[in-house]
Amino acid sequence: MLEVDQITTRYGAITALHAASLEVGAGELVALVGPNGAGKTTLLNTVAGLLRPATGSVRFDGTDITGAEPASLVRSGLALVPEHRRIFKDLTVEENLRLGGSTAGKHDRHTRLDEAAELFPVLRTKWSTPAGYLSGGEAQQLAVARALMSNPRLLLLDEPTLGLAPTMVDVVFDLLQRLREQGRTMLVVEQNATRVLHLADRGYLLRTGTMVATGTGAELAADTHLFDSFIGTEAPEPST
Amino acid sequence: MTKLLQTIVDGLGVGSTYALLALGISLIFGVMHLVNFAHGELITVGAYTSYFFFLHGGSWWWMPVAIIGSAMLASVATELVAFRWVRNSSPFTLLLTSFAIERLSHALWQIFVSPKQRAFPKPSWVFNQFKIADVSFEVMDVVTIAVTAATLVLTAIVFKRTLFGLSVRGAAEDFDAARLMGVRANRVISGAFAFAGFLAGVAACLIIMRSPAAEPSMGADWLLKAVIAAVIGGLGSFTGAVVGGLVLGLLETLTRAYLPDLADGWDKFSTAVVFVLIAAFFVVRPDGVFKVSRAERV
Repeated sequence: MLEVDQITTRYGAITALHAASLEVGAGELVALVGPNGAGKTTLLNTVAGLLRPATGSVRFDGTDITGAEPASLVRSGLALVPEHRRIFKDLTVEENLRLGGSTAGKHDRHTRLDEAAELFPVLRTKWSTPAGYLSGGEAQQLAVARALMSNPRLLLLDEPTLGLAPTMVDVVFDLLQRLREQGRTMLVVEQNATRVLHLADRGYLLRTGTMVATGTGAELAADTHLFDSFIGTEAPEPST
Repeated sequence: MTKLLQTIVDGLGVGSTYALLALGISLIFGVMHLVNFAHGELITVGAYTSYFFFLHGGSWWWMPVAIIGSAMLASVATELVAFRWVRNSSPFTLLLTSFAIERLSHALWQIFVSPKQRAFPKPSWVFNQFKIADVSFEVMDVVTIAVTAATLVLTAIVFKRTLFGLSVRGAAEDFDAARLMGVRANRVISGAFAFAGFLAGVAACLIIMRSPAAEPSMGADWLLKAVIAAVIGGLGSFTGAVVGGLVLGLLETLTRAYLPDLADGWDKFSTAVVFVLIAAFFVVRPDGVFKVSRAERV
């Protein structure tokens, strides 16, 4: 569904991503892990059209989307839940969701608002609350719900558990599991590397802008050598 | 008491015009981080449009449509021709571009029409007065307040209920996040300029009905007041722009009405007193009444 081929992305003179390639097949959950500053966010932002790669190409469903505007990518079925959530704090929960569904027709938008209320009962009780008043966990659920409003065929998630309390991390992982069961295709960047790799079909390990390993989620998670040398800094998983 | 009431109505009348202009400035600042110093030129465009229509036998009945329409067109045109090309430049470049448009506008009217004022007839009812319980009001003051109130209600509905309004508010808070929602940058910015032009057009109607004349630099004074009003309210805040406009209008008329009572000759200082009060206010609250929070960025 998504083919990222040899993309290099630069911020001025700094190369954040060096000829990185990655593939996501329909129905797959693919995890992208790696230490801080590895270029994971850069990769997602490049795919979503916020950044333009210097070289390389991105194909979505066989169409070349390299350097396309985010606004048109949403219309073709690709949505990003950005790092730090970036919900609209001055807008109410409902307004955030309506804006998330801005590319849908009026009828679809209403149907999906109802679906969101069902899938995220927490949000339902805060429908008219400005999103700035939500807790971290609620805000993250809103960010995901908002992206789902465009009914994307491919959902990109950037650090969905960043800054969340451990119980809320569980909620987000449950949500990923549920979305996966619904058959939603996802590419997830996540700091809880072991945990996301156990959930994922396949994984990629990115380090200083270069892909250094790939394999099934279980293979990557089991390879302690990789973790020692590349992730290293990761905090131990809380036992649940 | 009577004097106070009349002064307040006067103040609200002037203030609501400031509010409409400040709202447009705040709106553009929200989506582009540009303090648009060319915004006042939209009044000038409206004034010359009415002047030309009167030359060709136009009447006041459909003049508001012409004034508002021309202001909207001019507003969208400045974005298309000038601001779009420097959108991603520094705020300073944007600011200079707006100054350039302002100067260019003055020069073009001077060259192609005349540096002198061009007057045309005002609607007959403008300075008519009526009395409620011994307090006399000008028809125009009441019209101004009513039109502004209606425009603000319309603005609130647009920004609360429509997808366009949500897009503008979303883009004002976090432009990239709005693009990720499918908001098209060009469209939302053009739309914001059109709406700012509409608000300036309504303000222009109210200004021109009161003093029906066109002059190349007529927009400058209004612009300065509107920028001050927007900053008092907190740049980027819609409520703030309205509050700032009304406060500034009231301050102006109240000082003009009551300063001469305090001491002889003080009326000459009324504008100065207003500016001193504003300066003092900014010492206390540099971000304005309604501080606008920005999305967290890394």
